[in-house]
Amino acid sequence: MESTTTLSAEYAHEDHEESHVVPDRTQFNVYVILILLTAATVFASVKFPGPIGIGTALVVTPVKGTLIAMFFMHLKYEKPVFVIMFLVALAILALVMGLTILDYLHR
Amino acid sequence: MNTHADTMNDGGGHVMHKDPEGAKTGMWLFLFTEILLFGGLFIIYAIYRGMYTEGFHHAAGELNILLGVTNTVVLLTSSLTMVLGVSALQRRKRGLAQLYLAATLLLAGTFLLIKFFEWGAKRSHGIFPGMEHLHDLPPGEGVFFNLYFMMTGLHGIHVIIGMIVMTVVYNRIQSGSITHENQGILEYSGLYWHLVDLIWIFLLPLFYLTA
Repeated sequence: MESTTTLSAEYAHEDHEESHVVPDRTQFNVYVILILLTAATVFASVKFPGPIGIGTALVVTPVKGTLIAMFFMHLKYEKPVFVIMFLVALAILALVMGLTILDYLHR
Repeated sequence: MNTHADTMNDGGGHVMHKDPEGAKTGMWLFLFTEILLFGGLFIIYAIYRGMYTEGFHHAAGELNILLGVTNTVVLLTSSLTMVLGVSALQRRKRGLAQLYLAATLLLAGTFLLIKFFEWGAKRSHGIFPGMEHLHDLPPGEGVFFNLYFMMTGLHGIHVIIGMIVMTVVYNRIQSGSITHENQGILEYSGLYWHLVDLIWIFLLPLFYLTA
């Protein structure tokens, strides 16, 4: 199991250690994608204000968030339980948000 | 969860109990409370935006997209330098880790500086929480600006806290009390910093782009 990344890295020897650390190249690629996605969102909202611009931001922004959580915050390399915890937190937020908005719409 | 605490001898005869997974879980739980904190503000934004669509549209046009986007690039870059710093320490490259950490600090400072001028420009136009001018604006615009200052302000406080944490970690790497063996402290500071970046990613379209 790929579970104990940093845990075992502490005790691993020099030559094993490298494999537990995400390559810099990967993180740099993620960064470039994040910049490109930002550019796409800005372009869409400036060129096509309204539904297209808003729609692009609505789709692209969560993708950017997911990339940051998965790679920069290492969730991709952690035990699944961390991802589940994260999703539960988001589900609670979505629930509260949904209920509050429904409440306001139907007063 | 099958977390097993590892014991290590610190050399002085004391046995230190280390539980990196437990510490990481605790850090994540804290980050969830942060997400819910900002989430509450997102709900307020969503409801007022629904009530004052026109007002939000006009008020958002007053914000400088270029500055907002520049700050996004600055924060994204700082997230990259942070993550490279963590990896550097894990590879036992102490000096490189410090260099990346210093770069992250510098970028964080740049973000705040841009924010400072941005807020200052708004203030000189009478747009600042508590100013009379806000009441004279068309319906919803005052609400938009108050939310803008509230949410970017709370985010700014997080940036300042992040900078304090990074300074402490930098000094502790310097003094040798943080090494690759207990790099968790740097790693969790990194998690916090990425969350600050993550929240800004969502603030950008809310205030600068889509309204």
